[in-house]
Amino acid sequence: MMERRSFLKQTSIATAAFSVLPAFETFGASSETKKITILHTNDVHSHIEPFPASDASYANQGGAARRLSLINRIRQENSNVLLLDAGDIFQGTPYFNFYGGELEFKLMSMMSYDAATIGNHDFDNGVEGLAKQMPNASFKMISSNYDFSNTIMEGLTKPYEIFIKDGIKIGVFGLGIQLKGLVTEALSKETQYLDPLEIAQDMTRKLKHEEKCDLVICLSHLGYEYRFDKISDVKLAQQTQDIDLIIGGHTHTFLPKPVVLKNKIGRDVLVNQVGWAGINLGRIDFEFSTASKESKPVDAAVITV
Amino acid sequence: MFKKFCLLGLLLALFACKESQVTLNAIEGTQLAITDSLPQDQQVLDYIAPFKKHINDEMSAVLAYAPQSHSKTEGPYNTAIGNMMADAVLELSNPIFKSRTGHEIDGVLLNHGGIRSTLNAGDVTMRTAYDIMPFENSIIVVELNADKVRDMFNYLKSGKAHPIANMQLILGEDDSIVKTLVNGKPIEDGKTYFIATNDYLRQGGDGMVFFEDPVSETVLNYKVRSVLIDYFKEKDTIAPVRDNRFIKE
Repeated sequence: MMERRSFLKQTSIATAAFSVLPAFETFGASSETKKITILHTNDVHSHIEPFPASDASYANQGGAARRLSLINRIRQENSNVLLLDAGDIFQGTPYFNFYGGELEFKLMSMMSYDAATIGNHDFDNGVEGLAKQMPNASFKMISSNYDFSNTIMEGLTKPYEIFIKDGIKIGVFGLGIQLKGLVTEALSKETQYLDPLEIAQDMTRKLKHEEKCDLVICLSHLGYEYRFDKISDVKLAQQTQDIDLIIGGHTHTFLPKPVVLKNKIGRDVLVNQVGWAGINLGRIDFEFSTASKESKPVDAAVITV
Repeated sequence: MFKKFCLLGLLLALFACKESQVTLNAIEGTQLAITDSLPQDQQVLDYIAPFKKHINDEMSAVLAYAPQSHSKTEGPYNTAIGNMMADAVLELSNPIFKSRTGHEIDGVLLNHGGIRSTLNAGDVTMRTAYDIMPFENSIIVVELNADKVRDMFNYLKSGKAHPIANMQLILGEDDSIVKTLVNGKPIEDGKTYFIATNDYLRQGGDGMVFFEDPVSETVLNYKVRSVLIDYFKEKDTIAPVRDNRFIKE
């Protein structure tokens, strides 16, 4: 009896609170639109400066200084930006050979990257070389399927990270490529590669169902697609569920636009990859509405690519 | 009392927020090109500047001179630039290997894909070495039995101009093997051979599975790029040629 009285009292107080404070009306029936902007790069490969004017393929393209001015412009339009990278940050210009990735990580920190995953070339100076640069990274290094337990990288990565932007919960996990044949054991040491599909299932269950994330993003360095039987972003998209966006890398694929695929249960999943060397920046905007009473399945969203 | 109201209201509001499902209405995706029409962020430029200067100073150092340009596409079978790389590995790795093990390197096998740039006519600089070999791969000497060496020549039958040194492979018109020599002699059963390669290929890279499970191996801790830099420093003129080490009759 006491409990019930107390409950009733609290309810009435709460009602009173609503009527007293007009600020809370926004949480009521009126609908609110929230926009989350995901910006992403992959396989930047130490391309800190633009390609020279003499370059046969990419003359005057790319460059960290231009990338940041574009990112800043977008951040001025919308403060709910998540900036991500899908790996192979290292290797490709003398900046890496001379300074071991210091500039790459410091510049990404300067640009306020939120998270990145690990590519095969990020092992090029060994797990030690990667660990050495970690103090220069203000962003989260996310790796769900590399087990670094017996290496110097232990504790320096996270299996997933949840970002909250304007009340929208965004879960990000990261998948790396099989190391055998790509990274010598002298470099990867005792790093264990775990099956990406199994790990993706664990991660989506955790992020979508336990943590109730509104968006689930996979940062992948698996590669877009292969002619032979090898796990890729396309296969990952088709053989899993509850992933909204796969940001890919490794194959240096210049997708003309993000690709929409059907997942295991017939729902839409986006896959994007923006070539390499910082020539492009990918942008995916997700528009949400809150306080809408009817629950819409994800595919009901209008996708414009 | 008002404070308490606020707190409760906030709690309830958060609860309500969780209940009223967030709905995804629209997704829009675009690729944005990073072109020279964008302004450059000054903070980034200022940060890069001293590193850039240091690298440019180092990379411009002239090590040798090349009278002609050589590309890895001038193959098939063997290319001047590939021959230069394999010969440089043999010449500079052998003294180190010999001092460590007492043995001599019998042959060198690198991979065609590992030649990342053209050797351009004119000054050969530090940058040339970085352009040709940007990767960190280093030399490893693998001791192979006679069967593995035969597997190696069978692999090379594909005709791709993988650089070799101190070995010869001659293919017939039907791509059959006509002649193989290692260190000037035919392959002998029961004998083992010391083949220098890089750690990427030793791990089965490019499908070179014959390097797996060798009789022994010696890691030289000598990067392929460092071999090139040392080679360029030793020579005044870099003028490699195509020859008959790997040909088709």
